[in-house]
Amino acid sequence: MQQLKKLYKQILSDYICNQNESDLYIGQNLIKQMIQKNVSPEDVISIHKQALEEFYGELPETVIHAYDFLIEVMVHYGLKVKEHQSLLVKQEEMRIEMDIAAQIQNQLLENEVPKTKCTDIGMISVPLRKMNGDYVHFKYDSANYLGVAVTDVVGKGVPAALCMSMVKYGLDTLEYANSNPSYVLEVLNQLIEKSVDDSMFVSLFYARYNLHSNIFTWSSAGHEPSLYYNAAEHTFYDLEAKGLLLGILPEVKYSQQELELKENDFIIIMTDGVTDFRKNEGFDAREKIKELALSFQHLNAQEMCNTIYQELLKLQDFKLYDDFTVVIIKKNKLF
Amino acid sequence: MNVNIQFREDGDLLVGFIEGEIDTYTAPVLREELEVINLSEGLTIELDLSNVNYMDSTGLGVFVAFYKKVVKENAALKLVNLSGRLTRLFEITGLSELMEIEKGGATNASI
Repeated sequence: MQQLKKLYKQILSDYICNQNESDLYIGQNLIKQMIQKNVSPEDVISIHKQALEEFYGELPETVIHAYDFLIEVMVHYGLKVKEHQSLLVKQEEMRIEMDIAAQIQNQLLENEVPKTKCTDIGMISVPLRKMNGDYVHFKYDSANYLGVAVTDVVGKGVPAALCMSMVKYGLDTLEYANSNPSYVLEVLNQLIEKSVDDSMFVSLFYARYNLHSNIFTWSSAGHEPSLYYNAAEHTFYDLEAKGLLLGILPEVKYSQQELELKENDFIIIMTDGVTDFRKNEGFDAREKIKELALSFQHLNAQEMCNTIYQELLKLQDFKLYDDFTVVIIKKNKLF
Repeated sequence: MNVNIQFREDGDLLVGFIEGEIDTYTAPVLREELEVINLSEGLTIELDLSNVNYMDSTGLGVFVAFYKKVVKENAALKLVNLSGRLTRLFEITGLSELMEIEKGGATNASI
């Protein structure tokens, strides 16, 4: 410290004599050393004041008062800077923890696309930010049924991620892929309604596909309607349902409907991030998706998903505005 | 992107004119504005959405939470003058079966 004080006085005295740029530079380097030695801002001012007293003897009383004032103010300034730095460190720690949480979340929610003999399934799910608010859950009992849930949690970040885990474990505990879709929604609704706050809810489309009879049974809780393409009629149908979002009221009954999938038919299940074209008012995204699906129906389901994503992204200048999820189930040619 | 709400009180009717876009960024602003409303039994709150040009599901969350609060206090909530796009959003989510949603409303009288 004594050494630093001496150096400071020397540099100050040189600068007062000739106002040289190089002295300023040396001064800046000295400050770096002082920071390393934990010299506080008020100590630097104190050293400065002592130096002036040594150079010029007694300073005018007013100047001494002014320095005392500055030293006091700088004590608080130093404290605030330290506080700010420690907040930055904490923020960084939280960011690292969030990254780890997001990784764990991704691992927990990972679900492989099942391979079945009679269907071809494709899926794409792209999060807008670190944590995905969309989730796709497959249940495959190779003997009889395929179950698929496509879900979108409203809300972002940690609360949405926790809610998503709840949906996943709810679906897991329902255990069998052969549960009725309306029953699945009713149970999940009770689970979510008890556990989340008033502004959080979940939209979910659940379908069960009978691998023997090819009957596709579906039910929807406030979810973007899926599209069904009937190949024989060359026509798309909206799988409309007015089921209430999950998590809003405690006891809600859901209806379910069914259709028979025939050769070359396909179903497109998506979240609202796919159809919500914010900057193109009047643009009918669902019509565009139908058009794209028709032009790429010769591709396999996964390639169709990828191509639809790429084409829609292009239309939005390569910028996502929401989590984006598409699942396509195609009925294979009969063996 | 901004959202703005202005109120007009008329006896037991409180009309709120909402203007702008309701998304993840502006929803908290709207939520705060709605939270300060002094709810009392018999009060009807009519929210006019004719000048809402965009709303995502976070916006729905704000209205659902407010609806629940209003019901708890025995007051009533109406959403009026919704665009086709917004009406569809309330229909898909099943909320139009639950909440009172009108294409017109008392505010039409002043136009």
